[in-house]
Amino acid sequence: MQFYSAPTVLSVTQLSRYLKELLETDDILQNIWVQGEISGCKTYTSGHCYFTLKDTESQLQCVFFKNARLRSSAPDLRDGMGIAAYGRISFYERDGKLQLYVEGVELLGEGALFLRFEQLKARLAAEGLFDENRKRPLPAQPAVIGIVTSPQAAALRDMLRVLRSRYPLAKVILAPTLVQGSEAPASIAAAIELLNEQGEAEVIIVGRGGGSIEELWAFNEEIVARAIARSRIPVISGVGHETDFTIADLVADYRASTPTAAAAVAVPDIADWQIDLQMKQEGLNELMVKLLSDLGEKLERAQRDLQRANPRSLLDRRRQQLDDTAVLLQTRLQHILSLRDERLRGLALRLHALSPLITIARGYAVVRRDSDSAIVTSVQQTHPGDALTIQVTDGSIAVEVRTT
Amino acid sequence: MESVTFEDAYARLEAAVNALQDGQMPLERALQYYEEGMKLAQYCNELLQKAEMRVQQLSVDSQGMIDLQPLDLP
Repeated sequence: MQFYSAPTVLSVTQLSRYLKELLETDDILQNIWVQGEISGCKTYTSGHCYFTLKDTESQLQCVFFKNARLRSSAPDLRDGMGIAAYGRISFYERDGKLQLYVEGVELLGEGALFLRFEQLKARLAAEGLFDENRKRPLPAQPAVIGIVTSPQAAALRDMLRVLRSRYPLAKVILAPTLVQGSEAPASIAAAIELLNEQGEAEVIIVGRGGGSIEELWAFNEEIVARAIARSRIPVISGVGHETDFTIADLVADYRASTPTAAAAVAVPDIADWQIDLQMKQEGLNELMVKLLSDLGEKLERAQRDLQRANPRSLLDRRRQQLDDTAVLLQTRLQHILSLRDERLRGLALRLHALSPLITIARGYAVVRRDSDSAIVTSVQQTHPGDALTIQVTDGSIAVEVRTT
Repeated sequence: MESVTFEDAYARLEAAVNALQDGQMPLERALQYYEEGMKLAQYCNELLQKAEMRVQQLSVDSQGMIDLQPLDLP
């Protein structure tokens, strides 16, 4: 009777081996995905990486050996990353720990998007899809512009407004498409292909307004990148804001920072043309004026030459010289005459000062002999009975000499 | 000049300016170039002022045929 079988006492090592065996023979545990957040991540110089996967209630030790990391080309792991790790569960006897031996990891959430972005970018770059020499020049004056965007979006309105104000000569063909969500990538690619098939557009703008990274994600999908690369028509990308850089931007022939900027770069500005036209008109005017004045000068020169060759002109010149001399003569003469007049006036003044009439006016008189009008200055000149005239200031008095 | 495109008119305008720049042509022909050039510049200006952008929407019908319809956005 054996109520009690002797209790089996195992050494720690025996138990550990038992646990290990148990775990390693379980199909589920040997091929498992575990999802959580990384913490306590440490990578040693050996290249092995150790971390803990946590969620709100539990944690699990993980080992990611160098070989496995290289095989799976895993991204660098950091604390806080959300990942799904793939591997097998085993027991580490030395520390008595249950561990996940990681074979590979996938980033979750934004991390996953970023990783896919980087992988696709690397792959397409290796294919040469981003090469500068693949980029085609944009047409200077596209008559028809294709737009790939959502008909409901504000981005379309913005683009049409810019196109209309800069270049109303153009025709715009909208290839409507979804720009976000799971069907957007195929829809965008189809729209680009449709524009190529229709064939009128000379340039295509692939655009979408700003949004979160998830909202812009369609423009990071391979199918969109390939459609842009395949397009016979040059493609301008204008996705999101200045800081958003998508795969579509890298493949496009020209990357504009926004949909509005894409519209502006797609067409010339007719305001420049109007200035150019005005300058052309002014140029025409100037050329014509110059032509006419050149002709006028030529005509004048010819006339002068002709006149010089004319025999009559010599006579005319002589006559002219004669006239000129006559005029000169006259002016000289007048000058001389006026000088003389002045001198005469001066003399007259001096003469006036000396005039005897002035003396007479002071009470002196002039006595003349009537017989010969000689001025009597001495008694010797007169004899009784001589007739004399005494000149005073207001007339003369006739007198007869009585005695001497 | 009614059916001449902007590009053609502009090319002819440039030709007229270049021809006048030559300066060696007879007056009669220079005047012709001048008048034509002025008219072309005027015409180009009018085209620019009158131009109205057309917007169409591309679609594929049930037979797989490509269709273009005018697009009027409010």
